[in-house]
Amino acid sequence: MVVVPILVVGGVGLFFGIGLGIASRKLTVHVDPRIDQVLGLLPGANCGACGYPGCSAFAKAVVEGQAEPSGCVPGGAKAAHDIADLLGIEAGQAEPLMAVVHCKGGNAEAKERAEYEGIADCQAAVLAGNAGKMCPDGCLGLGTCVRVCPFDALSINTNGVAVVDPEKCTGCGKCVSVCPRNLIELIPRLHKIFLACNNHDRGAKVKKYCTVGCTACTLCVKATPSGAVTMENNIPHLDYSGNETFVPAAHKCPQHCFVDLAKARPKVNIDTKCDGCGKCVEVCPVDAISGEQGQRHVVNKDKCIGCGICLDVCPVHAISLWGGLGYSPDDKTRRQRR
Amino acid sequence: MDPIPLVQISIAAILINNFVLARFLGLCPFFGVSKRLSSAIGMGMAVVFVMSVASMFTWAIDAFVLQRFGVQYLQTIVFILVIASLVQLVEMTIQKFSPVLYEALGIYLPLITTNCAILGVAKLNTGAGYSFVESLVNGVTSGIGFTLALVLMSGIRERLELANVPKPLRGLPIAFVTAGLMSIAFLGFAGLDFFRTSGG
Repeated sequence: MVVVPILVVGGVGLFFGIGLGIASRKLTVHVDPRIDQVLGLLPGANCGACGYPGCSAFAKAVVEGQAEPSGCVPGGAKAAHDIADLLGIEAGQAEPLMAVVHCKGGNAEAKERAEYEGIADCQAAVLAGNAGKMCPDGCLGLGTCVRVCPFDALSINTNGVAVVDPEKCTGCGKCVSVCPRNLIELIPRLHKIFLACNNHDRGAKVKKYCTVGCTACTLCVKATPSGAVTMENNIPHLDYSGNETFVPAAHKCPQHCFVDLAKARPKVNIDTKCDGCGKCVEVCPVDAISGEQGQRHVVNKDKCIGCGICLDVCPVHAISLWGGLGYSPDDKTRRQRR
Repeated sequence: MDPIPLVQISIAAILINNFVLARFLGLCPFFGVSKRLSSAIGMGMAVVFVMSVASMFTWAIDAFVLQRFGVQYLQTIVFILVIASLVQLVEMTIQKFSPVLYEALGIYLPLITTNCAILGVAKLNTGAGYSFVESLVNGVTSGIGFTLALVLMSGIRERLELANVPKPLRGLPIAFVTAGLMSIAFLGFAGLDFFRTSGG
């Protein structure tokens, strides 16, 4: 009989189908449809930079008003704007960040005191006798940060030091927490200069084991009249909140600890409005400006480092910055604001 | 009820005929969810839960519907139907009444709806002619056996991530090798079947 199996399977199917139908009516949980819409606007990397476990949790928090739309770092201003539009709220401001590694002492510059042959992981190496480098704060180059980066923005260069690709970095900060030596920091993307050293020793001791280590000479502090560079525990601390460009500080460092990500700095030009007051000569950190009192001054383009300090002091606005390839439009507006 | 067969079923399901390492059922979640201990435990709990519920319901369907109409050859198709809708129902119920449990099991429940291990336990129950209680015990302990294998595997894989594995073997290949070795180790439990010899 063919009817019996048809009836049995059909009957069981009908029974469970009706059961599920009733259950779905009775047991519906109302989920805010906006959560799915917000989720669609997020990048979906599930990086966790927002502090929530994944994009869906963040979307829920935004819809419930517990998180700012700008909390999504990889999504950036666009995602924040779109979400704010959708929900009819303010986007909030989040300055785009990028990660930088505070060390550039690789195989060529920093000496080893032992050869580390253990597990290829920075945290393991620090636990096992603080790894092989003589410098107690240097990058170990074992790539723990590289592996954790969801955007493939970190790599170990041929010199054995971790470097960030600013183009790929979204500023999510995952690498910051895994570095056992706390070498990675998020800085505002507008700034191109950072200190590539985190060594707290000073003077000759540092020179013994690294040719690009900070000796705590404080020349960078003296070269920054705005006071944005301060010494903290024998290492300069750069305050990125102001308008300081840190160009003179980076230029003055005798150990070349600073890294300038800009491909080229602009040069100063003094036009015919110059009345030869000489104020720019006084403030120029590299003595690139010369000229007789009362005459139009000239800039030595080879010496000029493009820091722009002279722009602020010129009473007749005769000075402008020219060139500077490799700047993004953001940087230009920042310079013009000065 | 005589507890000896139940203990025998339990030991058989957890160790001797471990679902993953001896019967080779449910290998997909075994490799997919065994990367982290926490997710392995979550998945294991979900499997225990679904296996025990599925054992009960499939036994009832088998005894009261299939056997009555003499259509036991329809077992597979009907069991799939029953298990799939059952898991769906359970998921809805949990989501409604226990959001905490739903968060814990949520993503794993749909994953195992049509898993062969769940269907396997139902088929084994009817194949061995177990009673209702025996079916339930077999379902629960099979789930526990699955969890045991999953937890052991995840522990090993967490350590393996730090090990210096040759490049071609990194990731899934070394996990397969590990699973094979674990399976051989579990073969040793075959000798544990002492109830059968003493009980006659």
